Amino acid sequence: MLKIENLQVEIDGQEIVKGLDLEVGKGEIHAIMGPNGSGKSTLANVLMGHPRYEVTGGSVTFQGEDVFELEADERAKLGMFLAFQYPSEVPGVSVANFLRTAVNSVREEEISPMDMYRLIQDKMKIMQMDPKFAERYLNEGFSGGEKKRNEILQMLMLEPKLAIMDETDSGLDIDALQVVAKGVNELRGPDFSAVIITHYQRILRYIEPDHVHVMLDGRIVTSGGKDLAHELEDKGYEWVRQEFGAGAQS
Amino acid sequence: MPEDKTIQELGLDEYKFGFRDPEEYFFKTPRKGIDPEIVAMISKHKNEPEWMLEFRLKALESFFEKPTPQWGGNLNDLDFDDIYYYIRPMENQGRSWDDVPDDIKNTFDKLGIPQAERESLAGVGAQYESEVVYHSLKEEWEKSGVVFMDMDGGLREHEDLVREYFGTIIPPDDNKFAALNSAVWSGGSFVYVPPGVHIDIPLQAYFRINAENMGQFERTLIIADEGSYVHYIEGCTAPTYTTNSLHSAVVELIAKPNARIRYSTIQNWSHNTYNLVTKRGAAYENSTIEWVDGNLGSKLTMKYPAVYLLGEGARGEILSVAYAGDGQHQDAGGKVVHAAPNTSSLITSKSISRGTGRSTYRGLLKVHEGAVNSKSRVECDALLLDEHARTDTYPYIEIEEKKVNTEHEATVSKVGEDQLFYLMSRGLSEEEAMAMVVNGFIEPIAKELPLEYAIELNRLIQLEMEGSVG
Repeated sequence: MLKIENLQVEIDGQEIVKGLDLEVGKGEIHAIMGPNGSGKSTLANVLMGHPRYEVTGGSVTFQGEDVFELEADERAKLGMFLAFQYPSEVPGVSVANFLRTAVNSVREEEISPMDMYRLIQDKMKIMQMDPKFAERYLNEGFSGGEKKRNEILQMLMLEPKLAIMDETDSGLDIDALQVVAKGVNELRGPDFSAVIITHYQRILRYIEPDHVHVMLDGRIVTSGGKDLAHELEDKGYEWVRQEFGAGAQS
Repeated sequence: MPEDKTIQELGLDEYKFGFRDPEEYFFKTPRKGIDPEIVAMISKHKNEPEWMLEFRLKALESFFEKPTPQWGGNLNDLDFDDIYYYIRPMENQGRSWDDVPDDIKNTFDKLGIPQAERESLAGVGAQYESEVVYHSLKEEWEKSGVVFMDMDGGLREHEDLVREYFGTIIPPDDNKFAALNSAVWSGGSFVYVPPGVHIDIPLQAYFRINAENMGQFERTLIIADEGSYVHYIEGCTAPTYTTNSLHSAVVELIAKPNARIRYSTIQNWSHNTYNLVTKRGAAYENSTIEWVDGNLGSKLTMKYPAVYLLGEGARGEILSVAYAGDGQHQDAGGKVVHAAPNTSSLITSKSISRGTGRSTYRGLLKVHEGAVNSKSRVECDALLLDEHARTDTYPYIEIEEKKVNTEHEATVSKVGEDQLFYLMSRGLSEEEAMAMVVNGFIEPIAKELPLEYAIELNRLIQLEMEGSVG
C-alpha cells in the first residue's frame, strides 16, 4: 500500500528526516511514536505533499505510484488523507459547503444534494457533533477539540484508503479522544490503512495498532507490536534515546 | 510540480463576455468628441424641454472648467475627444418581449439571463446602448402608482418630479465626471415609489455597452416616498474592445422619512473600460439607504457610493467588493456624512488583488457638529492572492462632534500556502482551492445579494481568476 524507502527531507536547508523506511500494508494500522522534534509531523506533511518541504532523497510509493510526481489533490484522489495537527481556517466557507466540494472532488461521480445532506448528518452523528456545526465557517473560532473532530469528520466523508493522523490526539480530553477513536474505528477494515503519529500512547488504548514504530532524530529506530507502546509509556523517551540515540548507535 | 503555463498560452486572458453584435443604429452623433453643438443635438433628438437643454449646457461648462482629477487612478490616457457621446440603437422601446429584435435577444442569451428569470422577475429595464430597449412592469405595481421606466421616459411623462429632484443630490458641478454625465446623459432608470408601498421583488436593469468607443452615461434617479421600500438591482457586462471605453454614470437616491432603498450593483466591465461613477443618496428621518456594490473588470474603477444622513435616526450602509486582476486598478470605497442626530452607518469593504492588480479602499466618514449620538463603523479587508498584488487604504475621517461613536478596522490577508495545501489535501485543485478562499472572503457581501446574483458574482470572480494560478 504505502512504501517509504530511505526518505530524506529538508526544510530551509536543515535535514529533518534522515533516511526513513516504512511499509504499511493494506488494512494495517501503524503508530509512529516519538518525542518532539523527531520529524514526525514533517513526515506526515511530506507524505501528503506540502510544498514547503524539500525531498532530498529516497522514494515514497502509494499503491505503486510515485507520490512525489503528484500534487496534494491528486494524492487525495488516489485515497490518501491527512488529519492535520493545525488545520487552517477558511472564513466564509461553511463546513457543509467544504465537505460537499471535497467529496465531489475525490469521487468520480457527483453525489446528489439530498444524499450529501444525509451523508453529512450521518457522519456528524457518529462524531457526536451538533447539526448546526455544518453551517459554521471552516475551523474559524473552533476549539482545539472541534478542529480535531472536524478532521475526523472529513475523513469519514472522504473514506480514504490511507489516513495519516498527525497528532490528532494532542490537546484532547478523554471524551473527545474517545469520539475521535470511534471515528477511526468506524473505517477500520481490510481496505483502510492508517499511520497514527503521536507523542503519547494514550490514543492507542482506543485504536489498537498492528505495528508500533519509534521515531528519533529523523529515523525509525525501533519497531514492534502494540506492547512497544506500553514499554515506551513506562520507560519514557529518554530510554529510547539512550538505547537507540546517536551516541548508542556509534 | 506541473509546468507553469502562461495565461496567454491557455487563452484564458480573454474577456469572457467579449462577444459583440453587428452595429445597427438608429441614431449616432455625427462625430466623436463633445461640444455644445453635440449636446444640443442630443437634447433635440430626445425632444427635451428647454430647461433640460440649459441644464446640459451649463453642466458642459463645468466639465470643461474642471481639471481631470489627479488623485485616485491614472486618467491621463483617457481621451475625451475619441468617444461617441450618444448612440441610439432603435426607434422605439420594445413594449413586450416579442418586440425586442433578435440580435438584442441574442445578447441577453449570451449574458446568460434565463428567459424564466426575465419573466419571473417582474421588472426588467435593460439598457442596450444608450437607450432602454425593453421594459416591463407588473400590473400591480402600476396600480399602486410605482413608476419604473428609463430616465428619458421619466422626463417625458413625469417632468415635474424629475425637475424637482434631478441633479439635486449630485449637482452637475460636483466633479468632472458628474458634469460630463449631466451634459450628455442618456438612459438609466427613473423610479418613484409612492408612500407606504413596498416592492417585494427587486427592480432590475441590465446594462450593456456595445458600440466601440462609446461612452455610456446613464442617469438613474430613485425616489422612495415616505415609508416605502424598494430594492433596485443593476448589473453590467461589457464586451471587449481594443480602444478605451468610458462609462460614467450618475445615480441619485432619495429616501423620504421611514423609507428604505437598497441599490445593488454587480459590474463586470471589459478590461479597457474606465468606470467612473458618482453614486449618492440622501436619507431623511428614520430612513435607510443601502449600497451593495460589486466591482469587477474595467481598467480603472473609481467609485465611492455615498450616503448623506440628513434626518434624525437615518441609517446608511455600504457594502463594497472589488476584484483587481492583472493591469487593473479598483479604487473603490464609500462615503458617509452624518448631518443629523442618532444616525448610524456601516461601511464594509472587501477587496481582492492578484498579479499586477491594485485595489484601493478610499473612504470618507464625516460627522457634522450636532449629529450627536451618531454611530459609525468602517471595516475594510483586503485579500492578496500573490506576492505582487497591491492594496492601499485611505480612510479619511472628519469628526466635528464629540458625542459620537466611531470604529475603524482594517485587515490585510494573503492566501497562504498552508490554507491552499489544506484544501488541496481534500482533493481540490489549486485553482479550486484559491476560488474557495476568495468566495469565502466575499461571502459576507454575497449573502446580501439575491441568490442568483450571489451565484453570478461568485461565477464572475471565478471566471476572472481562471488561469491565474500557474
